[in-house]
Amino acid sequence: MTGKHHPHKHRHTIAVLVDNEPGVLARVIGLFSGRGYNIESLTVAEVAARENLSRITIVTSGTAQIVEQIKAQLSRLVPVHKVVDLTKDGPAVERELALVKVVGIGEKRVESLRIADIFRARTVDATNESFVFEIVGRSDKIDAFINLMEPLGLVDVSRTGVVAIARGTQPL
Amino acid sequence: MSHDHDLNGAEILLKALTEQGVEVVFGYPGGAVLPIYDEIFKQNRLRHILVRHEQAAVHAAEGYARSTGKVGCVLVTSGPGSTNAVTGLLDAMLDSTPMVCLTGQVPTSLIGNDAFQEADTTGITRPCTKHNYLVKDVNDLARVVHEAFYVAKTGRPGPVVIDLPKDVMTAKGKYVGIGKVRHKSYIPKVKGDLERIEEAASLMASAKKPILYFGGGVINSGNAAIDLASKLVKLTGFPFTQTLMGLGSVPASNPQFLGMVGMHGTYEANLAMHGCDVMVCIGARFDDRVTGKTSAFSPHSKKIHIDIDPSSINKNIMVDVPIVGDVGHVLEDMIRVWKAKQLHVDEKALKSWWRTIDGWRSKDCLRYANSKKLIKPQYAIERLYELTKDRDPIIATEVGQHQMWAAQFAKFDVARHWLTSGGLGTMGFGLPAAMGAQVAFPDKLVVNIAGESSIQMNIQEMATLAQERLAVKIFILNNQYLGMVRQWQELLHGGRYAESHMDVHPDFVKLAEAYGAKGRRVDKPAELDAAIMEMIETPGAFILDVRTDASENVFPMIPAGAAHNEMLMGPEDEAENPSSEDGMVLV
Repeated sequence: MTGKHHPHKHRHTIAVLVDNEPGVLARVIGLFSGRGYNIESLTVAEVAARENLSRITIVTSGTAQIVEQIKAQLSRLVPVHKVVDLTKDGPAVERELALVKVVGIGEKRVESLRIADIFRARTVDATNESFVFEIVGRSDKIDAFINLMEPLGLVDVSRTGVVAIARGTQPL
Repeated sequence: MSHDHDLNGAEILLKALTEQGVEVVFGYPGGAVLPIYDEIFKQNRLRHILVRHEQAAVHAAEGYARSTGKVGCVLVTSGPGSTNAVTGLLDAMLDSTPMVCLTGQVPTSLIGNDAFQEADTTGITRPCTKHNYLVKDVNDLARVVHEAFYVAKTGRPGPVVIDLPKDVMTAKGKYVGIGKVRHKSYIPKVKGDLERIEEAASLMASAKKPILYFGGGVINSGNAAIDLASKLVKLTGFPFTQTLMGLGSVPASNPQFLGMVGMHGTYEANLAMHGCDVMVCIGARFDDRVTGKTSAFSPHSKKIHIDIDPSSINKNIMVDVPIVGDVGHVLEDMIRVWKAKQLHVDEKALKSWWRTIDGWRSKDCLRYANSKKLIKPQYAIERLYELTKDRDPIIATEVGQHQMWAAQFAKFDVARHWLTSGGLGTMGFGLPAAMGAQVAFPDKLVVNIAGESSIQMNIQEMATLAQERLAVKIFILNNQYLGMVRQWQELLHGGRYAESHMDVHPDFVKLAEAYGAKGRRVDKPAELDAAIMEMIETPGAFILDVRTDASENVFPMIPAGAAHNEMLMGPEDEAENPSSEDGMVLV
């Protein structure tokens, strides 16, 4: 490094359009582990069955130089069609879904319901001593919700990881 | 009556290879590839070279590919066949060598069952190939083969693996020709951005202390790029240097050549890189062997970087004018822009820059103290070069001190005559690589400059040389040491030579004879010339075991963790410049 780059690390959400073929996810993950890049979250699913395309959303962090490297390395993979830095290239909507299991009785149980209501989480399963809440939002909102549930009997969390899409009229 | 549907997988494979123009395949049979070998048996268009180890098949294909510019082709069996090929694949990956490696696989019904000779070949080779495929449907086979060749040779070239389950080779399917295959996502950018090229040209015209730095990408780009590189050198009058992989991209006899750059590059090349004000990096990648300490690398220069691989740009060194594109296309545009804009170099400044460079040159950094008693390794290479240069030899090397001396003392006026393992540094590369080149050029003088340790890593290929009647000349600089390891132990580890000396080596002359070749040992400087002439003039493969002064080190040297202007020039520098703590952890 010649010292010209900015040393601060930033969080970037990157969307990658790939051929939906065996091994493509392994290529992407192997690239991150092999080159020592961070993965904070990664989601993948088919988005265009007819064209056989999947979309991978990766949240990573690094210096500006490293993030540029990550994008260049991703673009170099043969089955990759497109790499877009949603953080850099303009405003984007980011969402994550979490299922949160809280076990408790009495006042704690009531409190958990109240907080779920404030966060607009839905109750998708209930027993006499437990709830499963479904919450959708930005990752920090989900973090906050989970933190609040911690003392109220939080026993299990399952999160999807971030999906994201650019605001405005343009497709990927 | 033949119909397209009547072809089985192995027939489709052979047809596709033929259509791709493959003439030679380096391989080794085994259970999973028997149907393919059966097809090879039935035809005579495709020549099969039977190696003695799969690693050697891959290096041989590299030697073939690097010396011809064509795609090398390898065929190995499943399991151990493919795992043995892995080192060669990574070697080809790091040195951007175009190759298609066909690996056998257990039948699709057994994949994942830990079957006999099963390996997850696509999983294992994913990080050491440009791309890989597992063909599960015979109807995908022809398309995949054509796609694999396209991926291997376009953009930044590299190795591609096609994993072929045995049942797919026997299943019947349809053949598809080359013309019908078009890739959806892989479209390398070959034309550089014109604005950037104009910016680069203006920067070059304004330079007072410029340098051109050519890498292996020039050679990979093709003959047009090789010609244009020389044109650029002539047009600008700029001094130029080359990386280990770039040797021969512009003739070494060109007076503007400063020698190789980097850890064992010349004093003048490294100081010019350090002191320049405009650096034009053409098809090279600022590898750590080139840059030394990155924070102190060429601190006062504006840098232009031409590379077909966007991920090479700003990876190690931040540059000012990045140009993504094929060297040939970019240089063509650059020269056109230069002429159209009637750009001129700053003659006065350039003259003064050359005076500075000539001062550095006068230091004669490759000078060594010759001896009448012991053969100095540098002297051995010098003599080999002098006695063979008229024959325009192809020179391969193994890895270590001998490799660096070869790079310093053999001069390359022609591209593709220098075969060495640069990125991966694979001992055992040279003999099979030389073999691959000799297959491509049966009448040419092909010399493998080796160390006594490296040569033993693929020595079994002596048998392949005999079987295929390949007259590779093996020039061993024998100092009984892992010389480069010993050198680092001397410089960095207090002279504690842990496991770098080998007490026992084979008698290389007898070994040559055991493999049906000829050999000779030489240990007196006065007899060296005669020994080299005997090696060249004896028909067939030959091992010349040159006993050299074991205490010699490769100089100049930029110690790990140091900058270009902190070179060690010779033994007298060693004591004064102990390597830094930081340097100790670097390789």
